[in-house]
Amino acid sequence: MLKIDELKVRYGGIEAVKGITFEVPERQIVTLIGANGAGKSTTLRTIAGLVKPAHGRIHLQGEDITGLSPDRIVSKGITMVPEGRHVFPDLTVLENLKIGAYLRHDDLEDDIKWVYDLFPRLKERSWQAAGTLSGGEQQMLAVGRALMSRPKIMMMDEPSLGLAPIVVKGIFDIIREINKQGVTILLVEQNANMALKTADRGYVLETGRITLTGSGQELLTNEDVKKAYLGT
Amino acid sequence: MEFFISTLLFGISAGGQYALIAIGYTMVYGILRLINFAHGDVFMVAGLIGIYSTSWLTRLLSEVMAPEAATAAAIPLSMVLVLVLTVVLGFFIERVAYKPLRSAPRMSVMISAIGVSYLLQNTATYVTGGQPMTYPNIPMLSDTVPIAGTSIKWVVILTPFLVVALVLVLTQLINHTKVGMAMRAVAKDFETSQLMGIKINSVISTTFIIGSALAAVGSMLYFTTYPAIVPTAGAMPGLKAFVAAVFGGIGSIPGAVIGAFLIGICENFVKILPFEGATTFVDAFTFALLIIVLVFKPTGLFGEKATDKV
Repeated sequence: MLKIDELKVRYGGIEAVKGITFEVPERQIVTLIGANGAGKSTTLRTIAGLVKPAHGRIHLQGEDITGLSPDRIVSKGITMVPEGRHVFPDLTVLENLKIGAYLRHDDLEDDIKWVYDLFPRLKERSWQAAGTLSGGEQQMLAVGRALMSRPKIMMMDEPSLGLAPIVVKGIFDIIREINKQGVTILLVEQNANMALKTADRGYVLETGRITLTGSGQELLTNEDVKKAYLGT
Repeated sequence: MEFFISTLLFGISAGGQYALIAIGYTMVYGILRLINFAHGDVFMVAGLIGIYSTSWLTRLLSEVMAPEAATAAAIPLSMVLVLVLTVVLGFFIERVAYKPLRSAPRMSVMISAIGVSYLLQNTATYVTGGQPMTYPNIPMLSDTVPIAGTSIKWVVILTPFLVVALVLVLTQLINHTKVGMAMRAVAKDFETSQLMGIKINSVISTTFIIGSALAAVGSMLYFTTYPAIVPTAGAMPGLKAFVAAVFGGIGSIPGAVIGAFLIGICENFVKILPFEGATTFVDAFTFALLIIVLVFKPTGLFGEKATDKV
């Protein structure tokens, strides 16, 4: 569904992504794991249109979307939950959801209900300013907000960052649930254990290159991955 | 007592005029973290557009109708023209002078703003020859009414009502419409707003359009009260409006409006203080007031907690 070919991205003279190729098949969960600075976030930001690639192509369902502006990318059906959640703190929970559907002009009622069913906690806090939510609730809101654009693909950058283990488990349960409902997921994580257990397919990124790939299970049992990322 | 009432009325009216300019400063700051130094000059240019478009329209219309009728018809038409052209000017300034510097350090954008300010002033000098121009009498607004023993122009009475009405419309727009929601989002976080599919540049343009439209209305009210326009005529009201915006807490619209009314009122009362030179020192007093407020409340009356270095 989403194909990345020979993608290279430069940041002020430094090549952060050095020609990576990977694929996200429809209705699957694909994860990119790797250490800090491996180029995971840069890859997502480039797909989202926030950064222009120096080389390579990005195709969505056969259509070339390389270098389109972020709003065009969103309208094509790719949405991103940014690292650190970045909910709009002064806007209410409901407004945050509505702004997630900024490009849509149809009725939002059903989708708001859908998100509130996924995250009942958000419904209780509908009129609260998003800045007053806890970290876990903000992550739920960031996911809900992304879903409001009715995406084909949802990209998530470090959804577990800074959250308590029990909350992280909840977030990953929700990721699986959203995937079951038909949304393809591209997940970037440092929490390799959780990510690989959830994903259909994983790619290991090291300083801008893909060094290893396989199904989530294969990578979980791979000796190198175990040593480097799972700490076992 | 009569003196008190008329001073208060003048103060409120001056405050209302500052408020219309101050909103432009505070909204642009809220979104771009930029002090748009050219805003006062946009206000001055709006005044000049009023003068030139009125005389041009009067000439044009008097060819097809009686002179008095032509003058009467020219005024409302030229007011519309002022509004439209000022909005175009504000939009154009943002696109040419600020947009290319979007990722440049804030200081560079500020210098660009100062450049635009001088460009507008110099162009005004070139066009007018540096001569003070007289603003046309707007019927109704320029007529006087006796209140508390003095005759006061209608504009003084109407200004606060018009300002409050415009501010109410603006707050509705910002709090209850999609574009308003986008403005609040962009003011907080450019990148995440982009991820929502918001076009940052159109939101910023909208902000300049609103600011310029309010400055245009402000120019009609202000120059009806003080009808002589020189190329630097925008500097002082612009600066006072900026002070009002900082006073109220830059970035906050209600703050800017309340700050502007307070400054207008204080200024007019300082003018009548019973010592020699009070009228001369009125501007120094305005700034002294600002300093005192900022000592006790560094972010202004309604400012955000986080401080930004200008």
